[in-house]
Amino acid sequence: MTTTTRPESAPDAAEARARSGAAGIRLGHRLFVAREVGIGLALLLLIAVTTAVNPRFLSGQGRRDLMLGATILVVLAVGQAIVIITRNVDLSVGSVLGLAAFATGKLFLAMPDAPIVLAILVGIGIGVLCGALNGALIAVARVPALVVTLGTLYVFRGVDYSWAAGQQINAADMPAGFKSMGTADLLGVPLLALFAVAVLLVAGFYLRSYRSGRELYAIGSDPAAARLHGIPVGWRVFTALVVSGGLAGLAGVLYAARYGTLDAAAGSGIELNVVAAVVVGGVAIFGGSGSVYGAALGAVLLSTIGSALPVLKVNPFWQQAVVGALILAAIGLDRALAARVAHRLRGRKARGA
Amino acid sequence: MPERADPGTARLALSGVRKSFGAVHALADVRLELRAGEVHALVGENGAGKSTLVKILAGVHAPDAGELTMDGAPLTLTGPADARAAGIAVIYQEPTLFPDLSVAENIFMGRQPLRGLRRIDTTAMRERTTELFARLGVPLDPDRPARGLSIADQQLVEIAKALSFEARVLVMDEPTAALSGVEVERLFAVVRSLREAGAAILFISHRFDEVFALSQRITVMRDGRWVSTDPAEELDVAQVVRRMVGREVSQLYPKQQTEAGEVILQVRGLTRRGVFADVGFEVRRGEIVALAGLVGAGRSEVVRALFGVDPYDAGEVLVDGVRLPGSRPSAAMAAGMALVPEDRRQQGLVMELSIERNATLTRRWPLARFGLLGRGAERAAAQTWTQRLQVKAGRLDDPVSTLSGGNQQKVVLAKWLSTMPKVLIVDEPTRGIDVGTKAEVHRLMSQLAGEGVAVLMVSSELPEVLGMADRVLVMHEGRLVGEIARDAATEESVMLAATGQGGKP
Repeated sequence: MTTTTRPESAPDAAEARARSGAAGIRLGHRLFVAREVGIGLALLLLIAVTTAVNPRFLSGQGRRDLMLGATILVVLAVGQAIVIITRNVDLSVGSVLGLAAFATGKLFLAMPDAPIVLAILVGIGIGVLCGALNGALIAVARVPALVVTLGTLYVFRGVDYSWAAGQQINAADMPAGFKSMGTADLLGVPLLALFAVAVLLVAGFYLRSYRSGRELYAIGSDPAAARLHGIPVGWRVFTALVVSGGLAGLAGVLYAARYGTLDAAAGSGIELNVVAAVVVGGVAIFGGSGSVYGAALGAVLLSTIGSALPVLKVNPFWQQAVVGALILAAIGLDRALAARVAHRLRGRKARGA
Repeated sequence: MPERADPGTARLALSGVRKSFGAVHALADVRLELRAGEVHALVGENGAGKSTLVKILAGVHAPDAGELTMDGAPLTLTGPADARAAGIAVIYQEPTLFPDLSVAENIFMGRQPLRGLRRIDTTAMRERTTELFARLGVPLDPDRPARGLSIADQQLVEIAKALSFEARVLVMDEPTAALSGVEVERLFAVVRSLREAGAAILFISHRFDEVFALSQRITVMRDGRWVSTDPAEELDVAQVVRRMVGREVSQLYPKQQTEAGEVILQVRGLTRRGVFADVGFEVRRGEIVALAGLVGAGRSEVVRALFGVDPYDAGEVLVDGVRLPGSRPSAAMAAGMALVPEDRRQQGLVMELSIERNATLTRRWPLARFGLLGRGAERAAAQTWTQRLQVKAGRLDDPVSTLSGGNQQKVVLAKWLSTMPKVLIVDEPTRGIDVGTKAEVHRLMSQLAGEGVAVLMVSSELPEVLGMADRVLVMHEGRLVGEIARDAATEESVMLAATGQGGKP
């Protein structure tokens, strides 16, 4: 709309603007809906095909396994989405998870009667400390998040290994109460999965409805503009990393409850699955757009693929290739949509030129 | 808007403001007084320190010395949030919106209306945005994302933002640079109504007609210093220009008279859909041709396309009568073309590499023996050209990022001149460099033309266009709308054509 050679009468111009505005929302809305609905449909299709091949896939136990399988990835994906929305990334979540899981085991070895709440708080606390270290290095020392969290990925894992010193904690060492948290159901839904749902809802609500939540999007959308707006960019990014760390700590506790058997390698390599889930879920890798709901759906989709491929008798080798293809498809879709929007804007300008 | 203050009292005043960046003195002893209900224009050449001053008012930079007062009380700004809290709204030349967020969110970011539990009240936010747009008379949809808005609409969003927090001081840094005539009129109507409501407005522009049409007082700055402040009715354009430049304009542009030779560069019907259309012109040996027009008219895009950086959909480019394949800068270089790009930091230089590496980048192959680049050959070649262009550098193996803007530009020129081009295309050759170096760059271009090089210069600075060019081609919204000979080229004739209001195609 910058250009008009023909003198346009004012109402015409106004109408054209209103039209382009409406097209803008429709487009924005469609992108949003398309992405989340698209993932949802892919998920349903996958479940339907797999169930057709093997009906037990969706039996009571099958459903539970699917939900439990997705739980940890969803919790991590929510934290990761919050970080990626600010145009940062947290690669250390796998190591934080491992550290928190091992700490949970150690806690119960030392105090078999410790309340579960304490274990959860300790796990989150460790995650928060790790996240604070990440956040401080990124926000204060102004080192790119990719480098900082790549470094702390190894540092935290190293701490974990030296602390464990080869020790393995067995399910037998865990108090029954804690183990039952890993297997208990509430209204037919595994208790652990409810943690993930709660985390997702709180994070989704916060990002949508709170000023500081919207500021995270603003920072990711244009960090320089965010500074000019007086948004405390460093503080917000720090907080995002702390939240991501805390959620990774929580995920560690959930991991301990689910598997019971722990060593220092727990959660190794999961960070890339998490980033993949977030990207597949429509959170732009350069920040500013996407939602935690999309990220959670992405996590569910990836973990369901993991469970479905063996049922479909697909060589496990292909599982990674499928995940990779999904990521490429998601990014390709983003590019194609962005190019189309750009093309439309260019076309609109050309009408005047 | 706040209540009308007494006209005559300073709403916002700066005095003795000084600011340095490293060894560069951006501002020295600057004063400024903005009054309620008044539009105050700030003019000065590029690099005069206007933008630094804006950033101080915005709270982005803290001054090294000097004081700010708001309604007589001292004001300290430690960040952009402080400036906003003090009621200062800044509209930058490039609007700073968040492309992914909705227009309403952009306006209320950080100040969203709240409801219970401190949740954002999106309904109220949308309603207030609609009200603001109604006040401004623009039918923008509050829910659409800011991505894809025209610059004019983005500026209106910024103004709506200023209105939303009842700004008492509105600072506008070249808001009209990218606007068409109709859009400028609409913006001015809004600015006048803000002024009448009692806001103090600082208006920065290079367009004198706008400055005189809109403002009551005019402050001139030069080389980071305050020069004068006078009521607009006591000034005329010639006076203001003289104060801005500080010397007679003719001295600045050492243009040699040259005989134009045969045609070297021919462009016919060049079209890139949605960017420019049917652009055709010729440049002769020994000629300097300026491509003038407003920001966004498509000038840089045309030269990028004809050099092969960007693709084009139709048309042809011929050098010495030989048609160039599109989209291949290497072919353009082989044919004897050189392009000094607009943004030297992004496109002209590899900032981390040494000066000598940068200066010889275009001749990696001719300088290499058996495919290996010898340090000595590189250094010798770099030495020749940096000396010829008088690049002021400590050592040639220092990173090019350590040089001043003017010297960086000379390195870019050295890099291309060493290829002995037949056609030299320069895009904004003197943007952001100091007056002294500017004159050197101009002398060099003139000298090259004298040696028979065809020079095509894209420039937004009218004095440069008028001072250097043998012919002026004017673009408006992607089309060539005028060709003006040196004798007929005046600020007025070029500006009229560039704004699409005149000029004979």
